[in-house]
Amino acid sequence: MSKNLIEVEGLKKYFNVGGGSVLKAVNDISFSIAEGETLGLVGESGCGKSTAGRTILRLYEPTGGSVRFNGVDINQLSPRKMKHMRRDMQMIFQDPYASLNPRFTVTDIIGEALDIHDMAGSRAERKKRVEDLLDMVGLNPDHATRYPHEFSGGQRQRIGIARALAVNPKFIICDEPISALDVSIQAQVVNLLKDLQDRLGLTYLFIAHDLSMVKHISDRVAVMYLGRIVELAESEELYANPLHPYTKTLLSAIPIPDPEIEANKKRILLDDHGNGPIHGKGDTAGGGLFDLDNSELVEVSKGHWVSMPKKG
Amino acid sequence: MEPILQVKDLHVSFQVKGGEVKAVRGMNFEVGKGETVAIVGESGSGKSVTAQTIMRLIPSPPSIIRQGEILFQGQDMLKKTNKEMEAVRGKDIGMIFQDPMTSLNPTIKVGKQITEVLIKHQKMTAAQAKREGIEMLKLVGIKNAEARFNQYPHEFSGGMRQRVMIAIALACRPSLLIADEPTTALDVTIQAQIMDVMKEMQQRLGTSIILITHDLGVVAGMCDRVIVMYAGEVVETGTKWEIFKNPQHPYTKGLLRSMPRLDQKKGEPLIPIIGTPPDLIKPPIGCPFAARCEHAMKICEQIDPSATVFSDSHSARCWDLHPMAREGGQPS
Amino acid sequence: MDSNQVQVMNSPVDLKPEDFKKIGADEKQAEVIQRESISALRDAWQRLCANKLAMTALWVLGFIVVASILGPFISEWVHGYDYYSNDLLATNESPSATHWFGTDDLGRDMFVRTWMGARISLFVGLVAACIDLIIGVIYGGTMGFFGGRIDEIMNKFSEILYSIPYLLVTILLLVVLEPSLGTIILALTITGWINMSWIVRGEIMQLKNREFVLASRSMGAGSGRLLFRHLLPNAVGPIIVTVTLSVPNAIFAEAFLSFLGLGVQAPVASLGSMINDALTGWLYYPWRMLFPATVISLTMLAFNIFGDGLRDALDPKLKK
Repeated sequence: MSKNLIEVEGLKKYFNVGGGSVLKAVNDISFSIAEGETLGLVGESGCGKSTAGRTILRLYEPTGGSVRFNGVDINQLSPRKMKHMRRDMQMIFQDPYASLNPRFTVTDIIGEALDIHDMAGSRAERKKRVEDLLDMVGLNPDHATRYPHEFSGGQRQRIGIARALAVNPKFIICDEPISALDVSIQAQVVNLLKDLQDRLGLTYLFIAHDLSMVKHISDRVAVMYLGRIVELAESEELYANPLHPYTKTLLSAIPIPDPEIEANKKRILLDDHGNGPIHGKGDTAGGGLFDLDNSELVEVSKGHWVSMPKKG
Repeated sequence: MEPILQVKDLHVSFQVKGGEVKAVRGMNFEVGKGETVAIVGESGSGKSVTAQTIMRLIPSPPSIIRQGEILFQGQDMLKKTNKEMEAVRGKDIGMIFQDPMTSLNPTIKVGKQITEVLIKHQKMTAAQAKREGIEMLKLVGIKNAEARFNQYPHEFSGGMRQRVMIAIALACRPSLLIADEPTTALDVTIQAQIMDVMKEMQQRLGTSIILITHDLGVVAGMCDRVIVMYAGEVVETGTKWEIFKNPQHPYTKGLLRSMPRLDQKKGEPLIPIIGTPPDLIKPPIGCPFAARCEHAMKICEQIDPSATVFSDSHSARCWDLHPMAREGGQPS
Repeated sequence: MDSNQVQVMNSPVDLKPEDFKKIGADEKQAEVIQRESISALRDAWQRLCANKLAMTALWVLGFIVVASILGPFISEWVHGYDYYSNDLLATNESPSATHWFGTDDLGRDMFVRTWMGARISLFVGLVAACIDLIIGVIYGGTMGFFGGRIDEIMNKFSEILYSIPYLLVTILLLVVLEPSLGTIILALTITGWINMSWIVRGEIMQLKNREFVLASRSMGAGSGRLLFRHLLPNAVGPIIVTVTLSVPNAIFAEAFLSFLGLGVQAPVASLGSMINDALTGWLYYPWRMLFPATVISLTMLAFNIFGDGLRDALDPKLKK
């Protein structure tokens, strides 16, 4: 096993939501990602997975905990060093319509990171680099002077990927990169991401709610629920042998494009209980497995961690 | 089976700057009584436009219904006046929209939104309507229906709102329910619950359903028949067994292949469909899928194929299915 | 077209084997974009050009601007009348071939004076709008961009300023300071920028949580780049519209103050003071009021219509 590139420890991000209540969007999560590995982070909307991604990149200042990149705690870095560090950590965003500045041409969108880090060189070099990047993500370099609204969703997402790659990062957070795309386009983008990982040795944190896609792309998968990780395991293991009731529910709810399987499927339904993360209280059902405040991650078999009630 | 809805050669366009987007280009299909038909396609394939045209909810301008007939219980919906349509909407045809957050009026109590349709269409008294409304809320699985009846939409979660929408849409026992991406905005666990509610309601009330979706997984669990749309045309139609077990059109095959499956082996690559759908401001003369199709032949770019029929229910439009494609073309 | 295809299918004689030659898919071909490339601003300009009413307003504005620049000279060249010279033998003359807009009670040529007045009104309006723009964008941009405590304090301050009746402030200022063009502009802008700052604040607050701004931050962009490359350019639509609509407000305020006698002082005249002068004998010499009043009404109407047109063109969402 290669060394860990990213180590997240006890990361917390709370938001004041007014009226004195605190939303514990990310509540004490820990994991590490090895170099060249893809860790999937799945959960439903509002579970804190996107906030986790943004806090790891320090787009939000964390409430507590640490994020180490190559052993360096990035939350301790000075603004100048942090700016430099951002070259190594990039992000691909969910909404290909909102994540590209509508007033920039494709060249300026991709070239922006080069400008910020003084990597552009001459105009001709910058143009060449942008064209190479477009080619790398399978777009026509002739379209470099066009504006984002002229592209389809899948093409825009490729532009977003080219932008993230511009500064030769080592680690990329993919924040639901395919959930806004059509089915026939999703596979293109996922294949592209995999291909780039193989070619450039990238490390991914792949955030998504689509479990089948996460399983496909990830080496290991972490399941988030109400701001916490409830289960973490190798992807094959997690899908073959889910242990936490929430993971089981999530897996059983995925519709499968096969009428035979669908006809014989038994669903495990979770009650629509109103306890959100604001109260910081889970359900006491499921043998205390949902009482997350009093749970901890326990390694039940090698590499398979499940949230269990604390003893004593 | 007696069809309650027949759509014949429907053409719908949108006027935009620089031309006319031909969103639906010759749509033909039927929905039988008590049947669930899925219209599957990507964004821009014309599936939502078709649904909105049936309801005549499509704004005009910019949209223009170029030609075609929509026969609902024998009457052409395109010939009805707006006033006549109002009597149909909510009473004979119900509709559920994608976004449960915006499809309920936030300033009106949920109960009132249900009783409104009942009073308008069924001529019920307020007391009758309330009784019926609470009954509907119970049917769609809302606990404490009496108390919930007097709450505002913001007091409901996304899944609960969609249940309310279903209750409103089915309150007058319409013979057809059009569900336009009813679960797209919801989480998977909630999606499963909503699909179950719809199935149960259909069994109870015998409603026909048109389910508009891009999610083939939802289709497999829910529908009897599938219509696959691409670039404003029906490219393949069949029962769900025919479509999932024996797809004929390269687009249908491609869609099924490009989806990852939970039972797939690790490291097995996905096979994507390359390229992007054509711009319908200038639709291709030939088969619209030709530019993305690995089996494309010369003729595909010149003439749009007509349907090849495999069974009473199954047909697909592809030149590769033509007898001459096997003889004349080079073996692949 | 459809029926044609069916025929082709039914008569396979027409089909030759070579028609079925395989060509496969071409990835590059499948990614080609067919529509013509167009930037958002050019798109807005085209939409504006298609709006006949707004274009008419633009032409009217253009005419008024040109006339207010050239008008006084024309009359001087043709007839030798200038702005100050009076002719006590020709007072209150009705419009004629020599005095196109007639003369006033001192026998001054109304054509010259009307366009000079328009020049002053436009000058006051444009300068006041520009100052509103500069202060409003800086103040509002700061509030929106930094948010939190800074925003709270700055916003409270602008609310307090806004709550003081603006006429009171203006009149006080004009009484305390020497009435002059400068004082009028100061009086108009002392509270005039607040509206602009609120608009900018709202736009920036909305934009700064958009993903493209986050993306730029994740690449290490500093505040300056975020504000000037990402936020303000995307707020430019509402800003332009607000400026366009604040010009007629300033023009009207100036005319109003001049009408009350608080504006520019004789012998300089703005459209407002000319209307005031004309009041004394307006039943006998209606043209003395008619021409300046028409010009000011047309100017305001044209600015408002043009501003509305701009709003529709820059933000097509408002219009179906």
